[in-house]
Amino acid sequence: MTLADSSPQPQPQISAPDAEEAKRARTRRIEKTAKWVLPFAMAILAIVLWDRIVVWNEIPHYILPSPARVWDSLTGDWDILWDAALLTGRITILALGLAVLGGAGLAILFNQSKMLELSFYPYAVILQVTPVVSIAPLIFIYVDSKIAGMLLCAWIVAFFPVLSSTTLGLNSVDHNLRDLFRIYGANRWQRLTMLQLPSALPYFLGGLKIAGGLSLIGAVVAELVAGTGGIGSGLAFRIQEAGYRLNIARMFAALSLVAAMGVMIFAALSIFSHLMLRKWHESALSREG
Amino acid sequence: MPLPAIDQRSPVLRMANVDKVFGGVVQALSGMSLNINEGDFISLLGPSGCGKSTALRLLSGLLSPTAGRIEWAGGYQKGDLGVVFQEPTLMPWATVGKNVSLPFRLRGKSQKAVQAEVEEALALVGLEGFEDSFPRELSGGMKMRVSIARAMVTRPRLILMDEPFAALDEITRFKLNNDLLALKERIGCTVVFVTHSVFESVFLSDRIVVMAARPGRVIREVQVAAPYPRDEVFRTSADYAAYCRQASEALQDAMEAA
Repeated sequence: MTLADSSPQPQPQISAPDAEEAKRARTRRIEKTAKWVLPFAMAILAIVLWDRIVVWNEIPHYILPSPARVWDSLTGDWDILWDAALLTGRITILALGLAVLGGAGLAILFNQSKMLELSFYPYAVILQVTPVVSIAPLIFIYVDSKIAGMLLCAWIVAFFPVLSSTTLGLNSVDHNLRDLFRIYGANRWQRLTMLQLPSALPYFLGGLKIAGGLSLIGAVVAELVAGTGGIGSGLAFRIQEAGYRLNIARMFAALSLVAAMGVMIFAALSIFSHLMLRKWHESALSREG
Repeated sequence: MPLPAIDQRSPVLRMANVDKVFGGVVQALSGMSLNINEGDFISLLGPSGCGKSTALRLLSGLLSPTAGRIEWAGGYQKGDLGVVFQEPTLMPWATVGKNVSLPFRLRGKSQKAVQAEVEEALALVGLEGFEDSFPRELSGGMKMRVSIARAMVTRPRLILMDEPFAALDEITRFKLNNDLLALKERIGCTVVFVTHSVFESVFLSDRIVVMAARPGRVIREVQVAAPYPRDEVFRTSADYAAYCRQASEALQDAMEAA
């Protein structure tokens, strides 16, 4: 049988690429560079423009600080901001972890028992569609620990995308594979671990990426509602506090850290997702030719 | 007890007067009887809606009959059955080796314990050395070969194939037809093969069960007495043409009967 033989044929003489090919190659090269250069150029342009507007219009720094002032605040207040970032980061990551456990766990539970799903799924939706800002004050009345309250807030926001996308994934098993498992007499556990969970993985990872951003939002909202109280202060609290003191530069500095944290979480989850899927899933394949 | 001479006709599975009604109204299959004996290569041939796929699902145990009986000679054991669907139906996240070992692993055996069987099955379909590849790295024809390797790795008493080559191009399909027959010679498996191609059914099988639709039923059986092994010579012979005509006429009757 000659399935595997792909013995290299003597290549016909390769002629110079025609004009269309050359044009396409050039476009590709330019786009590749532009992908990195353009965002940076835009950022520099925006910062310069920002600086000029402040200087030319003599805007006082308690209304709009210049980029240099924000930078000074970022470096000068680094100790305060870093501690705040650590706290917010910790809450975010913990909440994300709990959201993964809770969301994926509930999805598996619902998948295994239709009755459980019918009983509880509507409440998961209600929890999701109720704005967390309006639930948070209640949570802090009944939950003594600030940390626990903040975690709960962030979890409420973040678990649903994991739950709904994992549920979708568990139900998206190729029906022929499902039949195959039945014919070969797979039990419930084998079906779950060898068929449904791997099928659900790409969906779960999609939900995880959304949950990463949402858990940061949840953590920030929770901080704003909880205020400070003996547990140190996170970035959101620092923003609020700086606002009261008209320290606008520090507000910008803290805000940029929140944004950076969001980007980092997204990037980390994207890399994680790529590593998990690169061997087999369509989304992780680079097209050849 | 002396070993009996290898009896090509020892029964494997029997369908007796099987009816299947869906939702209390749609008669998918009516009074179908079929005796499957060891070494048979039976094709179910018919227009769409004639119940051939329903028959296959009944044989595989995915459906149970509304009336009538389906009986395995000597009772059904796990591993008595191998199936090949129209699509390769491989697990994209698992390597070729893990896909092929699936029937064993579902019976609680470890990948290691069945390594030899997996390698042998892959060699039989011409895919030695592809154990660690992922399905996406293979062509359509190669994926189908993996699917066949998985169906036969446990050496089941019966292999069910549901239009396995329908989605492949003609050249690949011819090649796989040849290879399937070679495989059957090697391991002597029993096959029930659903197809809507007259030529394929004549080339492959020794019995063609022609079915008609509304309700799905058997209207004729065509015996293809040409001996195995069959090869390209058979494909161009007058015999082959005659059997094809016979099967075509039966199929024509089936369409008119509907």
